[in-house]
Amino acid sequence: MSDRDDDPKRTIKIAGGQGFYGDTPRSVEGLLAEGIDYLCLEALAELTLAILAKDRARDETRGFTRDLPRYLAAALPAVAAGKTKLITNAGGINPTAAARAAVATARELGVSGITIATVTGDDLMPRIDEIGPSLTNLDTGEAFTAVAEPPRFAAAYIGAQPIVEALRQGADIVITGRVADAALFLAPLAYEYDWATDDWDRLAAGILIGHLLECSGQVAGGNFSGEWWTIPHPWDLPYPIAEVSPDASAVITKPRASGGRVDLDTVRHQLLYEVHDPAAYLSPDVVADFTSARFTDLGDDRVAVTGVVGRPATDTYKAILAYPAGWAGEAKVAFSWPDAREKAEVAAAIFVKRVEQAGHEVAEWCLERWGVDALGGPTVPPTDTEAPEVVMRVAWRCDDEATAAAVAREMTPLTLSAPPAGLTGMGRGGVSRASELLTIWPTLVDKSAVDPHVSVTIEEV
Amino acid sequence: MARVALRELCGYRSGDKGDIADIAIFADDDETYTLIVAEVTAERVRRHFGWMVGGDVVRYEAANVRALKFVLHEALGGGGPATLRSDNLGKTLGGALMRLEIEVPDALARRRRGRPDVGWARAILAEATAGHHLPGAESSV
Repeated sequence: MSDRDDDPKRTIKIAGGQGFYGDTPRSVEGLLAEGIDYLCLEALAELTLAILAKDRARDETRGFTRDLPRYLAAALPAVAAGKTKLITNAGGINPTAAARAAVATARELGVSGITIATVTGDDLMPRIDEIGPSLTNLDTGEAFTAVAEPPRFAAAYIGAQPIVEALRQGADIVITGRVADAALFLAPLAYEYDWATDDWDRLAAGILIGHLLECSGQVAGGNFSGEWWTIPHPWDLPYPIAEVSPDASAVITKPRASGGRVDLDTVRHQLLYEVHDPAAYLSPDVVADFTSARFTDLGDDRVAVTGVVGRPATDTYKAILAYPAGWAGEAKVAFSWPDAREKAEVAAAIFVKRVEQAGHEVAEWCLERWGVDALGGPTVPPTDTEAPEVVMRVAWRCDDEATAAAVAREMTPLTLSAPPAGLTGMGRGGVSRASELLTIWPTLVDKSAVDPHVSVTIEEV
Repeated sequence: MARVALRELCGYRSGDKGDIADIAIFADDDETYTLIVAEVTAERVRRHFGWMVGGDVVRYEAANVRALKFVLHEALGGGGPATLRSDNLGKTLGGALMRLEIEVPDALARRRRGRPDVGWARAILAEATAGHHLPGAESSV
C-alpha cells in the first residue's frame, strides 16, 4: 500500500520514456530531471512480438527487447536513489530472461538494494493445446482448429493488476511481457491512489492518460500532421509526462528544457491513434469512453484532461497468435527520365517473366512505382507530368526461404538486359535477403483461463 | 459550393491493428466538423481507397475533439508482419485520405492550411554538406 499522504493537491508524475522497440534511451535523462515518480517504457507492438519470436527461435535466452539494458543503465541511478520506479513490458515473450538481463545490468553498474519484479502468465503457449480449441479469429471468424500449424507465439494482453501487486510487494522495477500498453501507466496510479478494481471512471482516466503517453514523442509533436514544421527543436523532441491527481484528472506536459509541443492539437491526434470505437476503448481493466474526456489547453505546453467515463471491463482478454505466412523478398530498381515510368514497368515485366522461366513459384507479387503512386495507390490522381525518376519496388511471397532467395537472384542480371539506365541495387542493398512473414491472428480469451497463471516473481539485487 | 480537398480542412493520423488500418481526421472548428460529419462518409472513404481496402469501412464520431475515426478492414495486404507492402503499418493512409475532395459551402471554399516553410532545415543541411549537393538551399541560406 502507498505510504504517501492523502493531500488532494498532490500529484503523481508518470512519464512515457519509450514508445516502441527502437526508440531512444536518451529520452530518459530529461524525464528523470523533472523528478518523475514513475518511468514507464512501452516496448511492444504486434510487429515487435513477431520480431522477438524470430529472435527466440534462434536463441532460447532471447525474446525480450535487447535495448532494455541501455534503458536500465540510464534509469538505475534514479531508481537506486529511491526517486523513480520503472515499469516496462520490454520482457516481450520472455520476461524471465529480461529480468535476468536486468539483474546482470544492475550488478555490472554496481547497483544494489533494489527490488526487481517479473510478471509472467500472459504467454499462452505453454497451454495452447488446452486453450486453443475455444478460440476464434476476431477479424475473420476462422476457428483455431482450422489452422494446421502451431503458432509461433500466443500472448494475452493482460492488465494493470499484476503490476499493482508487484508495486505492493515493494518493486522498484517491474518487467512484464504482453501487458497492454496503457495498463503500464494505469498501474502506478491505481497503486498510489488505491483505486478500486471497479472504480471504472478513474480506471478509464488512467487508461486514457496511459494511451496519451504510450507512444512517447507522438503526443508532443512527433508524427504531427498540423503545422509540423513549426514544432520547436524537433531534434530534441520531448517525451511526455502526466501529472495525475487522486481524482484521476491530469495535466499532460513535457520537460521544460526541450523542444516539441504539447497542446490541444497534439494531444487529440494521439488520443485517437490506433483506437477503433473511441466511445468504447477496450482495455483489460476497463472499457474507456474517450469521447467523454474534456481537454483544456492551459498554455505553456500543458493540457488538462478531466471527466473521463468508464464502463465495466469485459470477461475476456485480447490475445494475438502468430502463424508462419511464407517468405518474402524485395528488390528496388531506379530509372531516370525520359520515360522513367515506362522503363520501370517494362523492367518489372521482364523480371516477372524471368522468374517464371526459372520455374520459381511466386504466391503473390507486390509492385510499387515510387515517384508515381507507390504509397497512395488509387488515391493518387493521374498526371501528365513525367516523373524525373521512378523507383520500381518489386516484392514477392513464396512458400519457402530458398525460393524467395532464388527469385532475388533474377534481378541483378537485368543490369545489362533491361531498358536503359536502370540503377539496380539503388546504390547498396537494393535486393534484400529473404525474410519470414507471420500472420497475426487476433482473438479473445476468457480471463478465467489466464488469470490463475499470472504471477509476480520478486528478486532483490 | 466548391470542391476542396480534405488537406485544406483537416489534420490526420493513421495506424494499424492486424490487417485493419485506422485513420482519424481532425477539424479545426465546429463548422468544419459539421461539414465532415455530413460529407466524409464511410462509403466515400472506402471508394477513395479502391483496391487498397478489401473489407468494410466503419466510421465513428468523437465530437469532443472534433474528429472522425475510420476503421478500414483488410486494408494492409495481410497486416504488419505478413504484408508485402512498403507501408506495412498504414502510416501513410491518413495522408492519402487528405486527397479526398468534398463539397464545401462558399465560406469554406478558400480555406487553405499552411504550407511548410523549412528554410531552417535547409540551413542545417547546407551547413552539414558545406553548401554542396543540396538543391534549393542556396536561396534560404
